[in-house]
Amino acid sequence: MTEDTFTLDAKIPEGPIQEHWDKHKFDAKLVNPANKRKYKIIIIGTGLAGASAAATLGELGYEVEVFTYHDSARRAHSIAAQGGINAAKNYPNDGDSIFRLFYDTVKGGDYRSRESNVYRLAQVSNEIIDQSVAQGVPYAREYGGLLDNRSFGGAQVSRTFYARGQTGQQLLLGAYQALARQIELGTVRLHNRSEMLDIVTKDGRAVGVIIRDLVTGEVTPHSAHAVMLATGGYSNVYFLSTNAMACNGTAVWRAHRKGAFFANASFTQIHPTCIPASDEHQSKLTLMSESLRNDGRIWAPLEEGDYRAPNNIPEEERDYYLERQYPAFGNLAPRDVASRAAMRILDENKGVGPLKNGVYLDFKDAIARLGKAKIEERYGNLFEMYERITDEDPYSVPMRIYPAPHYTMGGLWVDYNLMTTVPGLYALGEANFSDHGANRLGASALMQGVADGYFVIPYTIGEYLADWLNISPVPTDDQAFTEAVAEVDERTERFLSINGNRSVDDFHRELGKIMIEYVGLARHRDGLQKAITEIKAVHEEFWKDLKVLGTADSLNQSLERAGRVADFLEIAELMAIDALNREESCGGHFRLEHQTEEGEARRDDEDYAYVAAWEWKGENWPQTLHKEQLEFEYVALSQRSYK
Amino acid sequence: MDLSLKVWRQTSQDAPGEFKTYEAKDVSPDASFLEMLDEVNEHLNGIGEEPIAFDDDCREGICGMCGVMVNGHPHGPQDGTATCQLHMRKFSDGDSITIEPWRATSMPVIRDLIVDRAPLDRIVEAGGYISINTGAAPDANVITIPKEAAEASMDAASCIGCAACIAACPNSAANLFTAAKIGHLSLLPQGQPERWSRVVAMVETMEEYFGSCTNFGECETACPKNISIDFIAMMNRDFVKAQFKNVTKTGQ
Repeated sequence: MTEDTFTLDAKIPEGPIQEHWDKHKFDAKLVNPANKRKYKIIIIGTGLAGASAAATLGELGYEVEVFTYHDSARRAHSIAAQGGINAAKNYPNDGDSIFRLFYDTVKGGDYRSRESNVYRLAQVSNEIIDQSVAQGVPYAREYGGLLDNRSFGGAQVSRTFYARGQTGQQLLLGAYQALARQIELGTVRLHNRSEMLDIVTKDGRAVGVIIRDLVTGEVTPHSAHAVMLATGGYSNVYFLSTNAMACNGTAVWRAHRKGAFFANASFTQIHPTCIPASDEHQSKLTLMSESLRNDGRIWAPLEEGDYRAPNNIPEEERDYYLERQYPAFGNLAPRDVASRAAMRILDENKGVGPLKNGVYLDFKDAIARLGKAKIEERYGNLFEMYERITDEDPYSVPMRIYPAPHYTMGGLWVDYNLMTTVPGLYALGEANFSDHGANRLGASALMQGVADGYFVIPYTIGEYLADWLNISPVPTDDQAFTEAVAEVDERTERFLSINGNRSVDDFHRELGKIMIEYVGLARHRDGLQKAITEIKAVHEEFWKDLKVLGTADSLNQSLERAGRVADFLEIAELMAIDALNREESCGGHFRLEHQTEEGEARRDDEDYAYVAAWEWKGENWPQTLHKEQLEFEYVALSQRSYK
Repeated sequence: MDLSLKVWRQTSQDAPGEFKTYEAKDVSPDASFLEMLDEVNEHLNGIGEEPIAFDDDCREGICGMCGVMVNGHPHGPQDGTATCQLHMRKFSDGDSITIEPWRATSMPVIRDLIVDRAPLDRIVEAGGYISINTGAAPDANVITIPKEAAEASMDAASCIGCAACIAACPNSAANLFTAAKIGHLSLLPQGQPERWSRVVAMVETMEEYFGSCTNFGECETACPKNISIDFIAMMNRDFVKAQFKNVTKTGQ
């Protein structure tokens, strides 16, 4: 590893934090309405961040072109977000405020996020609720007709707005509908079943992308003044995660290889409440919303090796361990804390279920208190989903849950404008790194995705575009594009010509096992070093023994997956390197060498209160580490406590 | 359990298709239907035959990407369940299972079990939204909405756009899909200003692509989200009202 003292300029505005965003918006260069149509913007991805950005930029008058690998913009994985979206409305009158949402988010992120970005996120959170209600998002209501709220982990106020257990679906449909309106009006062009396979740069700035049509296999260059990646996270590096099957890191990794720094790669979130794996052939894990922890109580048997059916274990022989260890937050302890507590239970040989790989989430008391009908109204679809997968009725038998990879806080490094280190290239939503630090709080992913798309990028994009007025995008017959197309073709040809013995999934599964073992919930120097060696070995084997059938000029799902797994193999190595570099524990990054006596994460603010932004230095690793020092002026650095 | 699968194979939209039979051995009852297909595909890849192409993504029954005909039933035998949520415990050892793509003229097969559902997006683009630009919204609690209206709207909004309703319909009608989107918006106060123009635009676009509804009700049975055909009645009522009372001009 080589280090560079080069200080990254995050372009954080001066002055009191409350005024940063207003001041920045005022200082930003504007593009007049008649000029906006002269600019072309490419957006990759149609999840919450991508669809909201595309719709809003279209409304403003920019010429927008959007690409999604799905058949429709409505399929993006934002749709699977269940529990809710945070905002500082303080409708329940329980003491919430913009500052408290900001404070909770910085603390929840274990002081590894950028204060100024988080404050802006809290500020625009209220506008998001207004906007989505106006779009027709059917949030849950009180009988008086006003909006209802519930609580999520890491907060002692009720600030989460929700639409049953389908909040992500409804927010995405709102953004999808806004996008559909712009498509109808002709300001936005959408290309479905189209996957971005490379970023094109010229003279150091982003000028376009290379797209493969997934139906015909045709590879085409597309040129624009600016490119935005809203392509989500890379949790599928673990193979088994709560992410959808197609979620991948290709867009961000291709951008990284073209000069965009990759920040805090090892900051991943292992979500405490997922349905445990049932066997070897499992293809993915399913999340059970954190909102269930409002009414469900988490417990494990007090004694190890207690294999009685849960309803046969008497009350006094149950250990409600979150309530015991964290009385102030109880079952609503933040995700990283709750996941590690579950891990300790399994380490103590107190796991439950056929494979002894879970803990209980019990609704008995809530059903007794509120009645089955109320629980059904709040969580009906989640209970149904659980029943479909496990064939057990959670109304009468406690759910079994266990932590699973869910979200990646790490991602492309961006400045306050959401621009990466490549001028003209932006990263929105989960694809960037900026707001969640080392641990994301529940119901904050939706908030950040739509904040970036609806309320941040439409203001900050002008700053870059203003300098390119009346300058056409680089033509697609430019050498930069023809070379990029040739590279993509060559890579595709390589996948098809290896002709080995092993399928893409086989390699992916092997990589996933290494990652969950050594770069998962708990990490150790020796394990991380071992992981790097093993990842390299799998990587080498991949290019020797991969077997992809079919052709490049047709719909070929194995070929699609091959490209994604090839990139996962490189991302995995950077994750391990990043985890090894960070000699401290913080949030979801838990180094066994650095823990308090109670087994909580021990940060090292002296040496590691920085963003680790990695620069690609060619096929021969290592990469160069750049540091962005994090300043905490408004939230005092302290040992996080939820006791 | 061991199963015999009869699967529709078709290499492209223009190529002729055919059923091919595959054996699925040692299938776990805890596997999902798509995990069972994953295993078959791993086997096919191993013996040099191209894997079966099928659409899927979230595998939680919410993205609407998956969906095949299982023994003639859209999404298979279990009510209120998308293909990805269907588990093999619903089948028995020795079963023969026929797996086909959705069949409708407006949704041609792209490859194997994958069809082109783009017309559904065209219907939404015709008016399935509330026309409001970002930044122009009033405070969220200015609009009060009766809890019952919000719940009914949410029932309609639960549609995942999978197109099972169309596949189930003998007429290949898209009325349940269209009515769900219209119901979602027209049950809310925010949806009122465009209520009449929306229903006309969306119904007319729907009819460009799909057949007419003759009240078979198969769509409701096939819907993995149990969306009620009451929404079709509501859509029809609004459509007729919009036509005969000239409400599109008066706005009410």
